[in-house]
Amino acid sequence: MNEAQKHLEVQYDDPEQQEKTAVTGIWIFLSTEILFFGGLFVAYIVYRSTYPAQFSLGVSLTDHLLGSMDAAILLASSFTMVMGLRAIQLGRQKALIGLLLLTIILGLSFLSLKGLEYHEHIVDHLLPGRDFNQSLPRQVELFFVFYFLMTGLHAVHMTVGIGLLTVMTIMAWKRKFSAQYYNPIEVCGLYWSFVDIVWIWLYPLFYVIHWKG
Amino acid sequence: MVLATPELGITLAMIIVERAWHVGIFDPALGGDPVLFQHMFWYYSHPAVYIMILPGMGVMSEVITCFSRQRIFGYWFVAGSSMAIGFLSFLVWGHHMFVASQSLYAGLAFSLLTFLVSVPSAIKVFNWTATLHRGSISFETAMLYALGFIGLFTIGGMTGLMLSSLGIDVHVHATLFVVAHFHYIMVGGMVTGFLAGLHYWWPKITGRMYPERLGQLAALVIFIGFNLTFFPMFFAGWLGEPRRYASYPPDFQIYNIMSSAGASILGVGYLMPIIYLSWSLRYGRKAPANPWRATGLEWQTSSPPPKHNFKQTPIVTKGPYDYYPDIEEENLREERRREQERKQTEPRARALQDQDFPHE
Amino acid sequence: MAAILPKKTYWIVWIVLELLLGAIYGLSRISMGPGDVIIPLFLAAIETLLVLLYFMHVRFSEQLIWIIVVAGFLWLAVFVDLTMSDYLTRGYVWWLGISH
Repeated sequence: MNEAQKHLEVQYDDPEQQEKTAVTGIWIFLSTEILFFGGLFVAYIVYRSTYPAQFSLGVSLTDHLLGSMDAAILLASSFTMVMGLRAIQLGRQKALIGLLLLTIILGLSFLSLKGLEYHEHIVDHLLPGRDFNQSLPRQVELFFVFYFLMTGLHAVHMTVGIGLLTVMTIMAWKRKFSAQYYNPIEVCGLYWSFVDIVWIWLYPLFYVIHWKG
Repeated sequence: MVLATPELGITLAMIIVERAWHVGIFDPALGGDPVLFQHMFWYYSHPAVYIMILPGMGVMSEVITCFSRQRIFGYWFVAGSSMAIGFLSFLVWGHHMFVASQSLYAGLAFSLLTFLVSVPSAIKVFNWTATLHRGSISFETAMLYALGFIGLFTIGGMTGLMLSSLGIDVHVHATLFVVAHFHYIMVGGMVTGFLAGLHYWWPKITGRMYPERLGQLAALVIFIGFNLTFFPMFFAGWLGEPRRYASYPPDFQIYNIMSSAGASILGVGYLMPIIYLSWSLRYGRKAPANPWRATGLEWQTSSPPPKHNFKQTPIVTKGPYDYYPDIEEENLREERRREQERKQTEPRARALQDQDFPHE
Repeated sequence: MAAILPKKTYWIVWIVLELLLGAIYGLSRISMGPGDVIIPLFLAAIETLLVLLYFMHVRFSEQLIWIIVVAGFLWLAVFVDLTMSDYLTRGYVWWLGISH
């Protein structure tokens, strides 16, 4: 029996339809994520436009180098992910496993750099709350609330993504995928690229834009 | 809803963070902006209430066409209006914040957009009314509720238009006028629509008929009770009685008393369906497949439907709400079908009946 | 099934993405007035488009996917727009044509 037919669920006419449904489904979920993160973006934009000077000060306090490295790593991981998808589309099992592992490693590097950054910030009394550096204006604390909220939420999504990719790697190692059936890889790839896109927007907002209004 | 609910989720998360970390995202005492919270809250909540009314509107299309034996007037307009409502409802959230120190110009924009979103709802009401025109109208319980919907939803809608005018809203914001408006929409609209649907599909879902006379009586009681409860609120609100207040000056007493009286009647009205519907589950007459002679796929199978819904995959040959013409032929077919049902549900009498009525 | 793109396409897209990132980083060192805000965001938008269209295959997907993607961003844009229309016009006095 065709590989794809083996995985065909009861409600679908053919594997094509099943794949299209899976892709549509993940896209609908990603649209909801756009609005989930979007709520935070709106609040950030409102406050940024109200307190441009203080938020710029906040930007200068984030670690630009680490942030840029994070961005570069994530873009690379999106690349390795989609190359992994391509590999299994062509039936190359080993390449898939290798590229998935590479993506995971890149993801973990991102998280470790983030952890380093957070550690720096906490040491510098930039964690909002009682410990915050009181000599800085109050709006800078607000900036860091958004910083930790948004990058934190992003990091949670990354962690979930890495978990998913680990499961994918194990499944790939057990040869569950083939050139005819790779829906889970496709779905995870879309999720991963989306998390990358979120960072593409977080990066300029928190590390780059230093316009003082 | 798919798109709005995550936004609500993140707003709540921000509130949690605010409380946990003692920072001021929305709290003005800590430097935050409460209007921002209002923006974020209403961005979800306003589309939510439009979503709440849309199923009621769907029920209306089903019930009105069935009990006036007509195709729906302007099918594409009705369908298109549903989509328009879904889209436009996302653009009007600021009309909850006209007096919340929102900028006047944003207020203007939201006011205009709110006027716009009333258009598709109005289109639907006109189309349902036109569906009634020259129809063969019968007043089953579901139809009584549906007719009630048209009237009550219209009142709610028009008062909504009043509220979306900036000038009027300044006067009646946070008064009982607003309360009356949304109750006309929610209860006069959605709950009435829900009851219409409940009675319409009760035979299909449970396989039992409810007592028709009681149903009609309950509809009447609910209609009277509802209007007595909420109509005086328009007056009280206009004259200035605020909402969410436990006590009021004596000038408003007459309105509040009428509302309370109406509420008791409304309570009785709601109790009635609960009682007779529960009663019907055990003692109601067994329902045929198509008691209302409705078109639509669900009526082509037995009441209640078997697990796999249909004995054979049905083939759809007619358009939606295809009540007209061919009524006589339809009726004849229905008669014969009902004979079949009766035969199947009364096996003891089957032998006798076989002699009188030929098989299909 | 899903479109299979040549390796070269993915490589090129990735290199361009990293270059755009480098541009954002480099340009952040100089001060460009209002361009400080617009240019990084504009470059980020291009990056997003590239990831969406190529890495996420939206360019080769059917219309339904396009609609879902556009809807998500459109709804967010509406939210930002109308909310900002409040905040930006708070002090605006139209008959004087100025802010504050």
